[in-house]
Amino acid sequence: MLDFIKDNKKPVITLGLVTVIAYVLYFLDEIKTTSVLVFGWGYAVPLVLAAMVGIIGERTGVVNIGIEGQMLMSAFASFFGSVITGNIYLGMLIGIGAGLLMGAFLAVAAVKWEMDQIIAGVVINIVAAGLTSFFYAPGKTLPQLMPVVSIPILSDIPLIGPVFFRNGLFALATLFIVLAVNYAIFKTRWGLRSRSVGEYPSAADAAGINVTRVRMMNVTLAGALAGCAGAFLALEAAGTFARGLTAGRGFLALAIMIFGAWNPMGALAAALFFGLSTAIASQLQADEVINIPQQFVNLLPFVMTLIVLSIAVGRVRPPAAAGQPYTKEG
Amino acid sequence: MTLTDTKQENKLGFFVRNQTIVVPIAAIFVAFVLGGILILLQGVNPLVAYKAIFSEAWFDSDGLLRTFQKTTPLVLAGLAVTVGLRVGLFNIGAQGQLISAALASALAGIYITNLSPIFHVLVALTCGIIVGAIWAGIAGILKAYRGVHEVISTIMLNSIAIGILDYLVSNPFKEPDQSLQRTKKIAETAVLPNIGVIPFGFILALIICLLVSWMLNKTTAGFRFNTVGKNKFAATYAGINMKLMVVTGMLLSGGLAGLGGAIETLGITYRFEPAFNAGLGFDGITIALLARANPLATIPAAILVGTLRAGGASLQFETGIEPEIVDVLLAITLLLVSAPILAKYLFKGKAQKSANVTSGWGN
Repeated sequence: MLDFIKDNKKPVITLGLVTVIAYVLYFLDEIKTTSVLVFGWGYAVPLVLAAMVGIIGERTGVVNIGIEGQMLMSAFASFFGSVITGNIYLGMLIGIGAGLLMGAFLAVAAVKWEMDQIIAGVVINIVAAGLTSFFYAPGKTLPQLMPVVSIPILSDIPLIGPVFFRNGLFALATLFIVLAVNYAIFKTRWGLRSRSVGEYPSAADAAGINVTRVRMMNVTLAGALAGCAGAFLALEAAGTFARGLTAGRGFLALAIMIFGAWNPMGALAAALFFGLSTAIASQLQADEVINIPQQFVNLLPFVMTLIVLSIAVGRVRPPAAAGQPYTKEG
Repeated sequence: MTLTDTKQENKLGFFVRNQTIVVPIAAIFVAFVLGGILILLQGVNPLVAYKAIFSEAWFDSDGLLRTFQKTTPLVLAGLAVTVGLRVGLFNIGAQGQLISAALASALAGIYITNLSPIFHVLVALTCGIIVGAIWAGIAGILKAYRGVHEVISTIMLNSIAIGILDYLVSNPFKEPDQSLQRTKKIAETAVLPNIGVIPFGFILALIICLLVSWMLNKTTAGFRFNTVGKNKFAATYAGINMKLMVVTGMLLSGGLAGLGGAIETLGITYRFEPAFNAGLGFDGITIALLARANPLATIPAAILVGTLRAGGASLQFETGIEPEIVDVLLAITLLLVSAPILAKYLFKGKAQKSANVTSGWGN
């Protein structure tokens, strides 16, 4: 526990501060604070999951610009999977499976074929947009709603309970996924190997690690998390599918990844920051405290991304080999 | 080696040497075959469907005009992405630059009055170019001075542009007494005319293509661009100012996209309406990659995409297939030209690498 706090000073302090402020507000206005936090966390969930995809990829040396498309395909697959099978749980699995496939596709293109990673990602986005809009069929509804699950004891904590521990399955899983990814990257043999492949592939290779295999595996598995993010959007957040459902979240996630310094806990804090500021802006707008056109309120996350990136890039260091294909010599 | 073997070698050699042409054509062919299977699955004869697209787009005088109209902004959008690729920048924000320019030139066409026809057109075009260049220039400056990767910044700028324009056309510049969110019509003096079935803007776009090709291949500025695009380290070592190149590259790319948007407004739609311009910038990416970042090759690539877009509408009318099939055809084509699958399959070891634009973040 102490180690964990020591390793994640900044995110822990940020999250602690946010918690304190949230509770102060909670005593001032219980209902509004809860609704802002619920909105904020709902906004943050797909961003956190998608940022994990980016982090796992780049820690292993593969830039993934195609998260947006991977999410869109998974959202599409999970929604129409649920509709066709008539079972939302099968739909969830289909969505995650679609994410895995999309991850495998990026892995093959970027690692095996050594295609330019950025072009590969952009191609994934355009292909996903094209396929999902052609096969889209309007007027379908989910066979059932995503059940809301409460975790015993934890969900009874005031404020934090209903926000984090009384949710649909994906939103519930997200906190644990972040902790798991954080542990896996920094404390396991797999994590050490992956990071060495992302920092100094030729040294990793010399130490007997199969660089290509590690990269292929990680990029593919990360795709499953993009699948979770997409399935969350379609099944849990929107409850439906629409053309272009992901609306740029895959790119916001990349900004969050950089803002969080390629660190899962950092990305969690960054995503909460994005989610909460959007939620607060919407609440202020609804209360008519501020009066700016709705279109501009909707732009907030995109403008924040630009500002955050122009501050963060250069202060944080990306994995050294991110974006560089590795060709074994000799 | 026998005589026939040598002949065989030479024949293949022709294809290997010209794989920049062979691969895109093969990609288009494969895309049409795969798309045909999709159409077949929907119970329609693919040949009938493709005939519907091409007869509408090419053998009907209204359709032909529409094909050229669709093609015109696409040539410039493709050119914008191409110029970026040559400097090692992946400008996926041509969409945002194009639409903000389209609105800017519409406003210049509506609210600036009492100008002589030719002068008014020039003023309105310039407004578009400047706005497009500024919108891309923001991404250029963020990249050069803050290290923000242009792929993310231009995507964000796309969304920001869409939001701002949505506000502008639904409030201050909305056509009065209209339920649609769009501006008024531009003044007669700002209209770019059609010459028969060919919009004047199309000719303008072709001239710009030639100019850009000349600039990239025959001038010092073009040489600098190519050097930066091929090898940043060599360029820095040779004393080329990288920051300046990144900013000018984005300005030029955005200016071209802006010109595309301006021509679209002044010569084709005569007003700004957000729905008119949807997806043009993204087709620009497909066109540039299909043309392998060669400015002259963007012309046939844009004509192909423009044909599919123009003919796609009649497809639904005649066969019931959704026009989004065009998106699928283009997506498959894009996949096959950018991934080295076809080149490797066709040419084995002699395959050339496809475009490379990037490394990691921040440089």
